[in-house]
Amino acid sequence: MSDTVTLKINGRTITASAGSTLLAAAQSANIYIPNLCSNEELTPYGACRLCMVEIAHGKRTRMVASCIYEVAEGLEVQTVTERILNVRKLVIELLLARNPYHPRLLKISHELGVQASRFKEDVKGCILCGQCVRTCREVVGVAAIGFKGRGRTRTVATPFDKAPADCIACGSCAYICPVKVIPLEDKNNVRTIWKTEFPMAVCKKCGRPFAPEKQLAYFRKIANLPENHFDTCIQCR
Amino acid sequence: MQAKIQAIISRYGSDKGFLVPILQDVQRELNYLPEDALVMVSTLLEIPLSRIFEVATFYKAFSLTPRGKHLLSLCLGTACHVRGAPLLSGHIERALGIRPGETSPDLEFTFETVNCLGACALGPVMVVDGEYHGQLTIAKTNAILRDLGRKVPSDEEA
Ligand code: FES
Ligand code: FES
Repeated sequence: MSDTVTLKINGRTITASAGSTLLAAAQSANIYIPNLCSNEELTPYGACRLCMVEIAHGKRTRMVASCIYEVAEGLEVQTVTERILNVRKLVIELLLARNPYHPRLLKISHELGVQASRFKEDVKGCILCGQCVRTCREVVGVAAIGFKGRGRTRTVATPFDKAPADCIACGSCAYICPVKVIPLEDKNNVRTIWKTEFPMAVCKKCGRPFAPEKQLAYFRKIANLPENHFDTCIQCR
Repeated sequence: MQAKIQAIISRYGSDKGFLVPILQDVQRELNYLPEDALVMVSTLLEIPLSRIFEVATFYKAFSLTPRGKHLLSLCLGTACHVRGAPLLSGHIERALGIRPGETSPDLEFTFETVNCLGACALGPVMVVDGEYHGQLTIAKTNAILRDLGRKVPSDEEA
């Protein structure tokens, strides 16, 4: 077995490494597919459905989410067909109904020629792409937040909607959020995130608050660092 | 409670893959899924609490609040719906003073609506404490509620 496969995207022959996703293969061949929930650093998730493409199965075609579909030898893929554009428009309109003001969503709707959503606005901000949840689990490794409920009432939440015991206040969830709806505030040496206050560590040299104490403690623990390792901020080292 | 949960989990060989059946058993044992029980499951199975909360809130069958002694599950699936189940739902809501998904303050009744119980020919259907009642009418519903010790004014009988 070779580790590359050859497939066709929009008629162009492309080689991709076996096991990669259609989206990744398209991107490395400079073929644009809109996407929102996919992130190279995170496990593929397939939540937003913006990245839909059409693949051929003999005479029939089928729509798949390119961010969770693996490349295969001889696969024929179309990224811009009427059927796909219709689906993408529908998806972006649904997303706009939840969040009508975010620049990134507006940019994609502009690309698709969507002027306004035909759905009644029900502004929730969060578009449930799950990047915050996946980042917290896979990159940070603390799994402090998750989803709650299902369907229309699904939200991202801390367990029991309480102060999250496992949260280290690193702010990665707020950072990764594509629509910036997770509130994070640093004020008076305190970081507030998930409605919980975390004291910041103050640099022993310059006296500036530079990171949440809990985050530093977590780093010390996983990297086996001495107790005084983070006494000073990066600038003062 | 600790011992009960421990026993349930060891019955499944402490296998993370059995989270759903484990939670079902915990709920059967404790009537609902109390927070400290889930914290215990999380520690024993080494599954993050956020993940367990996710599963526990995903399935309608799980309840994070105490449930009543009697469970009424009224079907609002398509067949039952066209045969008048919404009327019955309103009737039960008024009789018990609670909305679907809620439990009466005296912890006697939990009323929930479900989508198709797989007994469409019997519609409208309601499962009361595990027993199926078909071709429901307001009168039959009143009889059921009365059997369970709830006073229902007779002028509401149809
Ligand atoms: S990017 Fe593929 S579903 Fe969101
Ligand atoms: S619709 Fe009620 S049992 Fe199927």
